[in-house]
Amino acid sequence: MASIAHEEHGHEHHGDHHHEETFVSKYIFSHDHKMIGKQFLLTAVFMGIVAMMLSILFRIQLAYPGESSDFLSFFLGEKWAPNGVLKEDMYLGLVTIHGTIMVFFLLTGGLSGTFSNILIPLQLGARDMASGFLNMLSYWFFFLSSVLMFVSLFVENGPAMAGWTVYPPLSALPQAVQGSGFGMTLWLFSMAIFIAGSLIGSLNYIVTVINLRTTGMTMTRMPLTIWAFFVTAILGVLSFPVLLSAALLLIMDRLAGTSFYLSDIIVGGEMLANHGGSPLLFQHLFWFLGHPEVYIVLLPALGLSSEIIATNARKPIFGYKAMIGSILAIGFLSFIVWGHHMFITGMNPFLGSVFVFTTLLIAIPSAVKVFNYLTTLWRGSLVLTPAMLFAIGLVSTFITGGVTGIILADSALDIAIHDTYFVVAHFHIVMGMSAVFGMFGGVYHWFPKMYGRMMNTRLGYAHFWITIIGAYGVFFPMHFVGLAGAPRRYYDYSVYNEFNENSFDMIMDLNLIVTGFAIFAALGQLLFLFNFFYSIYRGPKAPQNPWNSNTLEWTTPVEHIHGNWPGALPVVHRWPYDYSKPGAETDFIPQTVPLAEGEEEH
Amino acid sequence: MENKLIILLVIILGAIAIAQLVRVYELSAKMRKSGEHEVNSRDNHLNGKMMLGFMFFQFLGFIYLMFKYGWTGRGVAASVQGQETDWLLNLNFVIIIIMFFFTNFLLFYFTFKYVKKPGVQAFYYPHNNKLELIWTVVPAVVLAVIIILGLKSWNNLTSMSGPDAIRIELFSKQFDWTARYAGNDNILGKYDYKLTTDNNELALLTSNTIDSSIRIMIEGPSGIRSIQKVLNKRDTILSDSTTSALKADLSRKERLLRLLVQMKNNHSKKLDSYAWDDIIQKDTLVLCKGKEYEFNFRAKDVIHSAYFLHFRAQINTVPGMTTRTKFKPIYTTEEMRKIEKNPKFNYILMCNKICGGAHYKMKMMVVVKSESEYKAWMASKAKETFKDKYLPVAAAPVKPAAPADSTMQVNN
Repeated sequence: MASIAHEEHGHEHHGDHHHEETFVSKYIFSHDHKMIGKQFLLTAVFMGIVAMMLSILFRIQLAYPGESSDFLSFFLGEKWAPNGVLKEDMYLGLVTIHGTIMVFFLLTGGLSGTFSNILIPLQLGARDMASGFLNMLSYWFFFLSSVLMFVSLFVENGPAMAGWTVYPPLSALPQAVQGSGFGMTLWLFSMAIFIAGSLIGSLNYIVTVINLRTTGMTMTRMPLTIWAFFVTAILGVLSFPVLLSAALLLIMDRLAGTSFYLSDIIVGGEMLANHGGSPLLFQHLFWFLGHPEVYIVLLPALGLSSEIIATNARKPIFGYKAMIGSILAIGFLSFIVWGHHMFITGMNPFLGSVFVFTTLLIAIPSAVKVFNYLTTLWRGSLVLTPAMLFAIGLVSTFITGGVTGIILADSALDIAIHDTYFVVAHFHIVMGMSAVFGMFGGVYHWFPKMYGRMMNTRLGYAHFWITIIGAYGVFFPMHFVGLAGAPRRYYDYSVYNEFNENSFDMIMDLNLIVTGFAIFAALGQLLFLFNFFYSIYRGPKAPQNPWNSNTLEWTTPVEHIHGNWPGALPVVHRWPYDYSKPGAETDFIPQTVPLAEGEEEH
Repeated sequence: MENKLIILLVIILGAIAIAQLVRVYELSAKMRKSGEHEVNSRDNHLNGKMMLGFMFFQFLGFIYLMFKYGWTGRGVAASVQGQETDWLLNLNFVIIIIMFFFTNFLLFYFTFKYVKKPGVQAFYYPHNNKLELIWTVVPAVVLAVIIILGLKSWNNLTSMSGPDAIRIELFSKQFDWTARYAGNDNILGKYDYKLTTDNNELALLTSNTIDSSIRIMIEGPSGIRSIQKVLNKRDTILSDSTTSALKADLSRKERLLRLLVQMKNNHSKKLDSYAWDDIIQKDTLVLCKGKEYEFNFRAKDVIHSAYFLHFRAQINTVPGMTTRTKFKPIYTTEEMRKIEKNPKFNYILMCNKICGGAHYKMKMMVVVKSESEYKAWMASKAKETFKDKYLPVAAAPVKPAAPADSTMQVNN
């Protein structure tokens, strides 16, 4: 709506078409996609800090089990860390909320929420999202759900404690673990609101990509970022409702006495009359979202890095069409692999073998993407900005985490390492670190577009090196903890003392290393936070096109205006990757430059 | 408290210090007239070199960890199935380690080599169908091998166990395991969770256990009668919430009672013998070397996961359904101690699915004996069948406190 209105009236009284904007309409209930994107980013940064702090708290417990820690008692108080020693239940609460916030609030809301909002209209040449109001609503749903999730940390019986996958019956029965009381209720309501917000947002992104491309911006001239956001949004629309239904059924089981997930249970000495439900139903529903969710997290990061790598290698991305094909293939396959999370749940083994096949197929488009990135770097002229370093770091973590996926996707091997730290290390590297690297890369690269100022490069370098060394320092050793068979979500590994002290010593050694690197990496993030907030206010003013990039967002003025372009919308004449094209004067040709005579489109 | 103040002070001072450094750096950058968007050649080359350096850190770190910890933690596989898994695991590891080194090397080497140099333009190379075809087909072929070998093993591991397999049930609850041997007939007795009482924790199904459950449901300390009594007591005033809690409890127990009575009517006495000869064994699971085992799993409260680390076997235990796995141990505990060069080594069954606060303590020791030792052990258990243990207690005169499921209390 808003954008159409602008389209019609923008030309006549352009220049004085700014309505009186109050503080509230500009900064709080803003309809402007750029502001909404920044709101997503700031909320996600806050949630990310919370989740990172939680991880440091439980890493301290894992490295120094049972030892008193001032740090723990400072943050958790006497109730959850009497004498500075973490309570068992709170340990589970910490890992649960850490996982939930990281996956949903930082890497879904923060990554796709921020960059879809900022980049889709700007890179497509649109005045705004298709619906500014729905866009605003999607942020406020996200905000509300973030608040609920954060508040759930402070309720009397603690936050949800059933792991981020909240498998019932554990999550359905307050008698089984105290966090399954009010904490879990808050978790479910928070997620239900989150899903509603994410759906509204995704629908908006899809409609915008389909309808609001500027003249000449055909689908095959869209930057890969937009392709990634587009497919991500489709995945979200198709899969999040399934999680909502899973959550609703769980809410019913908890509050209305239904038996969707419960059957034949005696808990806390009470014989429940529920009969006929299946806990596996929840797992199917959960992972029907849960696996596409991995790609909802990952694809935007891959999209951002494609753009960053092409720009800073001063080379076209290699195999543009193959990259689109891979994104589509990954998107499609992600819907038919969810069973690989359930190989050992007692699911029919034949069904398991089907999921082995489909899951391993995903390795093909992933390999194509990796090789295309490598070929893009080959014979490039690399400008190693902090964003570029993070994008390259992403390719590295994507490889390192991706190859272990081959082991886990093989059901026969999964039996031996399912739910061990091997899995934890695998998905943290391939999904967590890759997405975080993509997000950092995106922030460094598009910061000038978001805030009209530059971030400090040197601090960016320091941040990158601390982060990547920290990331590998944490997750490499963690693989070996997993290979020793150490189950995840264990408060400590004292049980190893009873059967193999050598393995116990090994796990303790490695846990110490992991925690050390985790703290190191966490401290490194202070550099980022400082750089980020300092640069918002005091960074040097950004030039219009700081990275000599081709895409449309760099044709907008540095100062934000509602409607993005002061005059007519730009017209697109070429694909976004004409870098170092032979015969051109500069090493980049923006999309708005018409083809020269006799010039061929790529 | 003082510590906290000092930490806070250090953080604040650190932030101020960084801010000052950044100001100085920015002022000097302004004098050099270069903006943040222009990466100077020195920084560029330095980062390129650091990328190469990082590659060595990554590779050497990996090799070090692999040699030091790669195979030690799990020990050798102690079952036929585990040997197959380990063989496949090693093969897959070889493949992925090659991939890992190859692609990471190219990534970091290219980053180092192709750093921007004055006068050198990037090579415009948008696509090459032949190359793209190669790196679609080659991974596809490798994956085909991985899939075929993987599925072959998967079918072996999950196929039905042979007719001679010894049947054992493992019953999981927060936070321990109980084993039930099928006894002489090698058939596990039937069960129904509604039959759970203090002296029938595994809810085995026999005519006697049904009768006793019905009796307890009606007359037990928190049975239907006692709830009715509380509700009908005219001389006490109950709060609304207590009344409704009691009523909900009552209606739940009425429903359960009807199901129990129905069970009694449909019960065939022939089934009793399956349960009577079962042997229930807590804290240690005793197995025999060289015998194939079929394990049936049940869960009382929430999902658990039976993780036999050394036998490379794992399966979730799910309330409301039975899951199965099988394996054949090939080393006795003694033999394994020698192989592992660790006189204190033991086999173990751990819980590997989050199940509550004490999840990390939920385990059962496992002992593998040689055939003769195992036979001797079994013989010692001959007089400890379910029948031997249950009947004397159940036959005792109804003392409301003793047989009743004392944990079944009114939930307020």
